[in-house]
Amino acid sequence: MSETTPVIELEGIEKVYAQGEVIHRALRGVSLTINSGEFVAIVGPSGSGKSTLMNSIGCLDTPTRGSYRLAGYDVSKLDADARALARNRLLGFVFQGFNLLARTTALENVELPLVYRGMSVKDRTLRAARALALVGLQSRLRNTPAQLSGGQQQRVAIARALVTEPKVLLADEPTGNLDSKTTEEILALLQWLNREQGLTIVMVTHEPDVAACTKRIVTVRDGLIVSDERLARQRQAGVEPPEHALKSAPASQGGSQ
Amino acid sequence: MIYMAMRLALFSLMRNKVRAVLTVLGILIGVAAVVASSAIGAGAKERIESQFASLGVNVLMVWPGASAAGGARGAAGSGSGLTEDDARAIAIEVPSVSASAPILTASAQVVSGARNWSTRVYGSTPDYFRVRSWNTTDGAPFTESDLRTSAKVCVIGTTIQRELFAGESALGATIRVGRMPCTVIGVLEGKGQSGFGQDQDDLIVVPMTTFRTRVSRRPGRDVGFVMVSARDPALMARAESAMTALLRQRHRLAPADENDFTVRNMADVVKSFDAQRAAITTLLLVVASISLLVGGIGVMNIMLVSVTERTREIGIRLAIGARARDILAQFLVEAVVLAAIGGLAGLGLGAGASVIVGKTTEWKVSLQADTAILAVLVSGGIGVVFGFFPARRAARLDPIVALRHE
Ligand SMILES: Nc1ncnc2c1ncn2[C@@H]1O[C@H](COP(=O)(O)OP(=O)(O)OP(=O)(O)O)[C@@H](O)[C@H]1O
Ligand SMILES: [Mg+2]
Repeated sequence: MSETTPVIELEGIEKVYAQGEVIHRALRGVSLTINSGEFVAIVGPSGSGKSTLMNSIGCLDTPTRGSYRLAGYDVSKLDADARALARNRLLGFVFQGFNLLARTTALENVELPLVYRGMSVKDRTLRAARALALVGLQSRLRNTPAQLSGGQQQRVAIARALVTEPKVLLADEPTGNLDSKTTEEILALLQWLNREQGLTIVMVTHEPDVAACTKRIVTVRDGLIVSDERLARQRQAGVEPPEHALKSAPASQGGSQ
Repeated sequence: MIYMAMRLALFSLMRNKVRAVLTVLGILIGVAAVVASSAIGAGAKERIESQFASLGVNVLMVWPGASAAGGARGAAGSGSGLTEDDARAIAIEVPSVSASAPILTASAQVVSGARNWSTRVYGSTPDYFRVRSWNTTDGAPFTESDLRTSAKVCVIGTTIQRELFAGESALGATIRVGRMPCTVIGVLEGKGQSGFGQDQDDLIVVPMTTFRTRVSRRPGRDVGFVMVSARDPALMARAESAMTALLRQRHRLAPADENDFTVRNMADVVKSFDAQRAAITTLLLVVASISLLVGGIGVMNIMLVSVTERTREIGIRLAIGARARDILAQFLVEAVVLAAIGGLAGLGLGAGASVIVGKTTEWKVSLQADTAILAVLVSGGIGVVFGFFPARRAARLDPIVALRHE
């Protein structure tokens, strides 16, 4: 995969929410191209439209205006079933709240996207186990979310997103619910997946520390992209000793970089 | 996919066992009522039909006394003038009649050696066996000459043979009927337990004359009732009207007078029982339907709750590529599984109740496989119908809204 193959091509994307009389323009013309192998952070103040943008990229939603090509397919005007297919075949999602099915084992959670593909039990178990091994959870296949730590749950969620071999991994504040040590773990995993597996990642975050681990930072404000910078150097996420992590936690929230 | 959906459905139902049980209670009771009522109804029908068959399709009964408004007859043998001569006249003067037997009955204790048994004694003529097309397996029925001589002979049913002779041959033995000793000259072929819960083989038949003089002192000519057989089932109506005309004439009734006797066609008796049975069955079915409806609404209610509770789960499924129809199928299967479990439990309960009813009461029950299958299918259908609205609500959820749901 070369860096120059565009995976996401957004052009003049607008999203208008109409609530009765009130019209809210959450996205006001966003154009953005993301190539294969990129690791992009979308940052911006609360309410700026980051999640709205991610939902559009993730085919969870259709933009009011604008065109969107995903992996070369025009997906801006698809109906609900076709968008479901696009989500299943081309995209992987990781959420802030993990969003695993409760009382369902890690393996079954990871298998789920393949179930909707109609894959045989044998094949999908194999692939789900492989995806869990990829995120380092080969020994936790039979555990339910309640039996896993937050970081482990998020790894299961990442495995579930990866099991379909998506073109892009979309993560909306994937570390938002994690402590600093686990945040580093997850970031290290994402960096490794991007570097070693060539996975394209788009991640929304509030934290500059987290954004610094990516290769490109897109800043959104009031539904517009106000800056788009490629980082010369990525911060390498690493697992720090717990004591150190505790001390550094307030500093990283301060956001000086 | 279906397997997955079934497993998923069972799984989510197991999470809320008590709720699931309460939900399916309506369906359970409904199906149990359908199964039990059909088993009891079919049992009653079989019983009536076998009664009909054992009495003979061509048998007419004549009772003394006018028929009451509801069709019930006055007390049998109340003696308002149905006589042996009437019975004889019917046999002689009505061409569509093949035989006519006057009958008197009484309860009596029969004794043989150390054994005794309480039974029903019939006094009649040899025509009795002809009317009922009832043959002896052992010996022979009594004859006209036995009748003329008031012979102390009797013909017994197989139950008497079993009770007094432990199944051994009774022919030629002397038994005591009430205070009269008499010789067994014939054993009737078994008709089996049937009729309206009565054992038809539990009887003794003696000549009418013997009965009047020695069993139950009933001098005169009056009889309890007359049993008449038509030459052919097709001639029943003709026989009935001819008999009525004949008896009116013999009893010297004016045209305005009511009949002082009642003619009943066995087919009519069966029909009236059948109508009662149908009415009861219908009532039970109505109760069952209401119960099923309530059960269906319960399923719908619980599915709506389930959809709301699991909105986030639906959002997750949609996000990872489930289509609306996958979600629809999931909840529909869950509703169907829920309803079908209720149906199966109801089937078990209904079948169990029927068996217990059959064991503990006189009622005959007959479990109907087709009704059982139908009942379970119907409960599955209830799942589809009442599960559809909640399932569609789930399927129409917007993935973003669903994911944001707490
Ligand atoms: N379904 C909706 N209906 C109406 N307005 C909406 C809807 N979804 C989002 N908005 C509005 O669109 C704007 C952008 O919301 P969005 O969720 O994209 O912000 P965000 O950048 O993700 O914020 P945060 O950092 O708090 O998650 C907000 O003002 C929000 O109120
Ligand atoms: Mg957001």
